[in-house]
Amino acid sequence: MAGYIARRLLQAIPVLLGTTFLIYFMVFAMPGDPVVALFGDKTPPPQVLEAVRERYNLDKPFIVQYLLFLGGIFQGDFGVSFSGQPVSEILAVTFPVTLQLAVLAVLIEMVFGITIGLVSGLRKGGIFDASFLVVSLILISLPVFVVAFVAQFVFGIQLGWFRTTVGPGAPIQDLVLPAIVLATISFAQIVRLTRASVIDTGGQDFVRTAASKGLSRRRIVPVHILRNSLIPVVTYLAVDFGVLMVGATVTEGIFNVPGVGRTLYQAIIRGEGPTVVSFVTVMVLIYLVINLLVDLLYAVLDPRIRYAK
Amino acid sequence: MKIKRIGVAAIALAAAGALTLAGCSSSSEPEAPAGDSTAIITTNGSEPQNPLIPTNTNETGGGKILDSIFAGLVYYDGEGAPHNDMAESIETDDAQTYTITIKDGQTFTNGEDVTAESFVKAWNYGAALDNAQLSSYFFDSIEGFSYDENVDELSGLEVVDDSTFTVTLKQPESDFPLRLGYSAFFPLPEAAWEDLDAFGENPIGNGPYMLDGEGAWKHNERIDLVVNEDYQGDRQAANGGLSIIFYATQDAAYADLQGGNLDVLDAIPDSALSTFQDEFGDRSVTQGAAIFQSFVVPDRLAHFGGEEGKLRRAAISHAINREEVTDVIFSGTRTPAHDFTSPVIDGYSEDIPGSDVLEYDPELAKELWAEADAISPWEGSFQIGYNADGGHQGWVDAVTNQIKNELGIDASGAPYPTFAEFRTAITDRTIETGFRTGWQADYPSLSNFLGPIYVTGAGSNDGDYSNPEFDALINEGLSETEVEAGIEKFQQAQEILFEDLPAIPLWYSTVNGAWGEQVENVQFGWNSVPLYYEVTKSE
Repeated sequence: MAGYIARRLLQAIPVLLGTTFLIYFMVFAMPGDPVVALFGDKTPPPQVLEAVRERYNLDKPFIVQYLLFLGGIFQGDFGVSFSGQPVSEILAVTFPVTLQLAVLAVLIEMVFGITIGLVSGLRKGGIFDASFLVVSLILISLPVFVVAFVAQFVFGIQLGWFRTTVGPGAPIQDLVLPAIVLATISFAQIVRLTRASVIDTGGQDFVRTAASKGLSRRRIVPVHILRNSLIPVVTYLAVDFGVLMVGATVTEGIFNVPGVGRTLYQAIIRGEGPTVVSFVTVMVLIYLVINLLVDLLYAVLDPRIRYAK
Repeated sequence: MKIKRIGVAAIALAAAGALTLAGCSSSSEPEAPAGDSTAIITTNGSEPQNPLIPTNTNETGGGKILDSIFAGLVYYDGEGAPHNDMAESIETDDAQTYTITIKDGQTFTNGEDVTAESFVKAWNYGAALDNAQLSSYFFDSIEGFSYDENVDELSGLEVVDDSTFTVTLKQPESDFPLRLGYSAFFPLPEAAWEDLDAFGENPIGNGPYMLDGEGAWKHNERIDLVVNEDYQGDRQAANGGLSIIFYATQDAAYADLQGGNLDVLDAIPDSALSTFQDEFGDRSVTQGAAIFQSFVVPDRLAHFGGEEGKLRRAAISHAINREEVTDVIFSGTRTPAHDFTSPVIDGYSEDIPGSDVLEYDPELAKELWAEADAISPWEGSFQIGYNADGGHQGWVDAVTNQIKNELGIDASGAPYPTFAEFRTAITDRTIETGFRTGWQADYPSLSNFLGPIYVTGAGSNDGDYSNPEFDALINEGLSETEVEAGIEKFQQAQEILFEDLPAIPLWYSTVNGAWGEQVENVQFGWNSVPLYYEVTKSE
């Protein structure tokens, strides 16, 4: 097990190097000069442009810029944004907010999705099952910004149950509404996944064996059916969590959440290479760790799964 | 479950400050302005692109904050007229050498006096090429300024004594005092020079507001300002402070205004443009802005040089129905242009001779186009370049369609994916089509709309326009010491522009804003930013 983890972590190094290089290259290759754009519709004298470029190392060739950046990262220095703030500080402020939002959303979709999916699966074809199939179909086909705007208008402005956008310091109660919005779409997917998986597992030999052994339904459902149905659901949840951690740009924008997605979007628009690459580096790391955790979790859920030495 | 959150510390601080002020004349109660003088006004903003250093800030996100926490030699009132702020007097005989006296007893919030040195050092820093300040070109008319080598001290700036300094310009420029309210000309305290990077994070100013302690700038989230009780100028705050919340989208800000979490909003999102007036009624405003929009068809393009180019530009201008586009595409939030400046600027006129070239006249357009064809027959396609990330497609398509229909030629928009790419193509002159341009005035003066854009070799002369007659008139206008005489010259200069059309004027922007039920006295300044210090709020 330890060997497996170590090997996975070692594999992460080339992945990280490769992604940062690619991202850096892509940001660099983005057409247009971010320094020119800093001046809006006005054209500054070329000497001023040159001086500003020099200040941000933007006058150096691509590979030199990349190596300077990489060297910085190994010393824990992620560079400085145009507004003079160390990127590591921006990371430290925005990631916790997005983490809270992601955890909330995943919790909501997990609790409701798995419960409803389980009930639907056990009562296949019933009225409960049928109505949630329709509901989930509707939710899946709705774009997230529609859900977000409607939720903001109804619950924030009309009813006043929630703050319309996230207030100072991004307190957790303000994150509930955006989290619900983020959860709705994945919730529908999880209902369907759980339902299908529960139906599939319910027909397996070991479930019939357990039933014929005389085990109670209360024991069969959670231990034999649910646990064995969760592998695809957990995989989906993990991927979803990863996606949410990388920042829900649209939802964060609508609710003005000072998180990763909004900040990254702004950095891309302003062409701030170091900020973009540092964010993406951390995101890749998070993705790798989450994937590793999920792989380890499989063994817990299904003891038949073993890891090669 | 609406949660109200007021900076308690901010109120305590402001209240303590109010006590000190009252202490000066302990016998009389301080006069309470209408509304609650401790209430914090919340408003929308955006994360400053640069550290909060006056000479390195050239966008509205940072500008709005700097204008509140700093005071320059002059400030602009709602109409854009300059009034002395830190300056006691600004005197000149020849519009070239200015003697500036600073009011006694003005201080920065760290207790330092505002002296002649505070201005001169800040300007020298801003002007020096090595410091790569974004607003360095604002100093280029001061004697000694150079783009080719680093100059640490401008020879045109001379400190006479603690409260007096002189400015010598390279040539007479009568509107120089008008510029002094722009943020690039703000003073800096000695404390700034110890560590300018740290200063940019926690700036110390001399304006009506100051930062609410260290770290009041919460990046990507908000900045909290409280009243600076030591400020003695005219811009006395009628409220207890200002919280500028950074929004990524205007829609989010508008939702907050509707939800009662925001007091003053100075930009209405496109989605609400047609409804906000009904919703907010007399708590909303639509007024002219100092923003001029146009497109440039450079001389260097085939068929647009010399006499042929003049005819073709005039034909294109006559082919555009500006009224229709501003009504249909912009639902009245733009007003058709009648000149090259803006209606909010002193001296603006709708009746400059030659301005009829902006009138929609398809017959004349066809005639002029045919005349140009007689010189050299037209071929190819006419295009207007624009950045696709700025909401320009609608009007570009409308305008090029009008040109296509009226002139019977092939015309279309030429989108660039990003603003950076678009501006880069314009700056290195690789763009081979017409292109959209815009100008937002930095200071309320006609010459600011003309000099930097159309004078030969000027910084923002993206079309490389050159006309010695025009250059001469601008120079003459700048050397007039009487404002009226200057305006006359600038209007004559515009007559030349109407003949040559170095840019084809389209329309002026308007600013749209709205505010909540609790606030009053909201007035928008000439630069479309609300005069926050006047706003009052009742609980």
